[in-house]
Amino acid sequence: MGAIGVIAVNAFRESLRDKILYNLVLFAGLLIGLSVLLADLSITEHHKVIADMGLAAINLIGVIIAMFVGISLVNKEIERRTIYTIMARPISRSFFIMGKYFGLALTLLVNMSVMLAVFLLTLWLYHIPIEQSLFQAVQLMFVEILVVTAIALFFSTFTSSTLSAIFTLGLYVIGHLTADLRAMVANSEGMIGKVVVDLLYYLCPNLEMLNIKGQAAVGVAAAPEYMLLASLYGLLYAGVLLTGACLVFQRRDF
Amino acid sequence: MDDIVTEDLSKSYPSGWPGRPPFVALDGLSLTVRRGEIFGFLGPNGAGKTTTLKILLGLVRATSGRALLLGQPAGDVATRRRIGFLPESPYFYDYLTAEEFLGFYGQLAGLSRAVTTERANNLIQLVGLGEARTRQLRKFSKGMLQRIGLAQALIHDPELVILDEPMTGLDPVGRKQVRDLILSLRDQGKTVFFSTHILHDVEMICDRIGIVMKGRLVANGRIDELVRQNHIRSVEIVCQHVKTEGNALIHSLATRVLQQGQQCLIVLPSPDAVDALVAEIRRQGGRLLSVTPHKASLEDLFFHEAAQAVSHVSAHMTGGRAS
Ligand SMILES: Nc1ncnc2c1ncn2[C@@H]1O[C@H](COP(=O)(O)OP(=O)(O)O)[C@@H](O)[C@H]1O
Ligand SMILES: [Mg+2]
Repeated sequence: MGAIGVIAVNAFRESLRDKILYNLVLFAGLLIGLSVLLADLSITEHHKVIADMGLAAINLIGVIIAMFVGISLVNKEIERRTIYTIMARPISRSFFIMGKYFGLALTLLVNMSVMLAVFLLTLWLYHIPIEQSLFQAVQLMFVEILVVTAIALFFSTFTSSTLSAIFTLGLYVIGHLTADLRAMVANSEGMIGKVVVDLLYYLCPNLEMLNIKGQAAVGVAAAPEYMLLASLYGLLYAGVLLTGACLVFQRRDF
Repeated sequence: MDDIVTEDLSKSYPSGWPGRPPFVALDGLSLTVRRGEIFGFLGPNGAGKTTTLKILLGLVRATSGRALLLGQPAGDVATRRRIGFLPESPYFYDYLTAEEFLGFYGQLAGLSRAVTTERANNLIQLVGLGEARTRQLRKFSKGMLQRIGLAQALIHDPELVILDEPMTGLDPVGRKQVRDLILSLRDQGKTVFFSTHILHDVEMICDRIGIVMKGRLVANGRIDELVRQNHIRSVEIVCQHVKTEGNALIHSLATRVLQQGQQCLIVLPSPDAVDALVAEIRRQGGRLLSVTPHKASLEDLFFHEAAQAVSHVSAHMTGGRAS
């Protein structure tokens, strides 16, 4: 096993021994359960409420884990000085970053799978048809979470945990708004506003592209081409950020 | 063959405030550590020891100067396979058990699983943690962490072992064990470079030492040579029935006079004054009980250098202000 693999497996092992992650996944289960209660209150769109809330719960918990574990992934190693003995080993700094990233990605994959299983079980118990679109939505959610993890990791290589959290959250929110903003200013007269929004649109990740929860909840599947394109876009964006994180990390003093 | 060579190594840390000059932690440090020796890197807190070690391991970049380890530039990734490192008051992944911990570092060093397991078992015994092998590190005491840290530094059988304050925080028994371990490493032909602020540690085991003060290497070489070059021995004389009070001659010769009843202790700054003092004791008809030359110690040298470093820096500062 290469050095990246050793680091990744150990990062995964660390998360397995971290109780917070279990609690968060449990919390997602509770939210999904709550959706059933709420669905009972609404008379008309029983199915849609459960599907909507279930997907939202998986997404929320996934993003929270990605953001907070992503930020502490490297920061914690530096603050706790555990990084000294690791970086004194025959492993390059880039491999360390990539190992940590893949370790968290593996953790997230397992967490998302558990949450998805709870969600599907709930649907099955209530005799709600399980559409292909639900899997598609979760797939793109996972891509979004890989992007968010890369954003968090990138900021945490050069700023404090608090600033990283603010930046990551900011970029996440903007990432969901740029497409709408662009549509809004498209018809307006102001040039400057247009340029600024265009700049935001191209610089920030277009996370709305990875959000098909709305249509998935009502069983409308996305085209395979769209799925491929959106996934590639997200992975490319994450890759660029990860490269940036490695470059910044190369120059750091510990 | 030199395992560590630094040439004119300097490091400034940014002050963090615009306009305020950076803090100079290392100032032109040059030293060599030879293959197979135990080299003690001695200095008070804040002298720049940890900074030097971090540069050697590539954790920190030198502002200027050069460092070579095993013939390769410091920070070279592949060379680290042949180097073991224990940082100062080590912090480790506390969710791992002692066994898992050593396994992780063995794998990072590229050892096979079988070799890692075997070496881990031996090292756990060697550092006396046999009982705690399946315990998580979060339940370890400071001394136990230091021991598992040493095992971690040795898991891949490195040629060069670099230890930052390996005895700090240990009880007397632990300190002795670490000293014995370092000696046994040398017997296996390994090079050991360790830092400490405790004189006693280097006096006992080092072949050569370097003394660092305020980022500068102020002395380096064999302990006996350093001590001989730098210090005049003092002499203690004990005598009886000698009147010292108001005796101008005795007081001009001695650095200290202590009268206790009939007995008197007189400390002379150098052996040169012994003859004159003995003559005075005879003249008074007193009895000479003992003459004890005092070996100048490493401690004397250390404080001598510390005093010089302070005066050097203050001279530097007033000079800077005047210009
Ligand atoms: N990251 C840093 N930023 C600013 N100053 C530092 C940093 N690390 C060390 N120093 C300063 O450099 C000096 C030398 O520190 P260090 O090498 O840790 O000394 P030692 O290990 O000999 O006690 C100290 O005055 C310390 O405050
Ligand atoms: Mg130190």
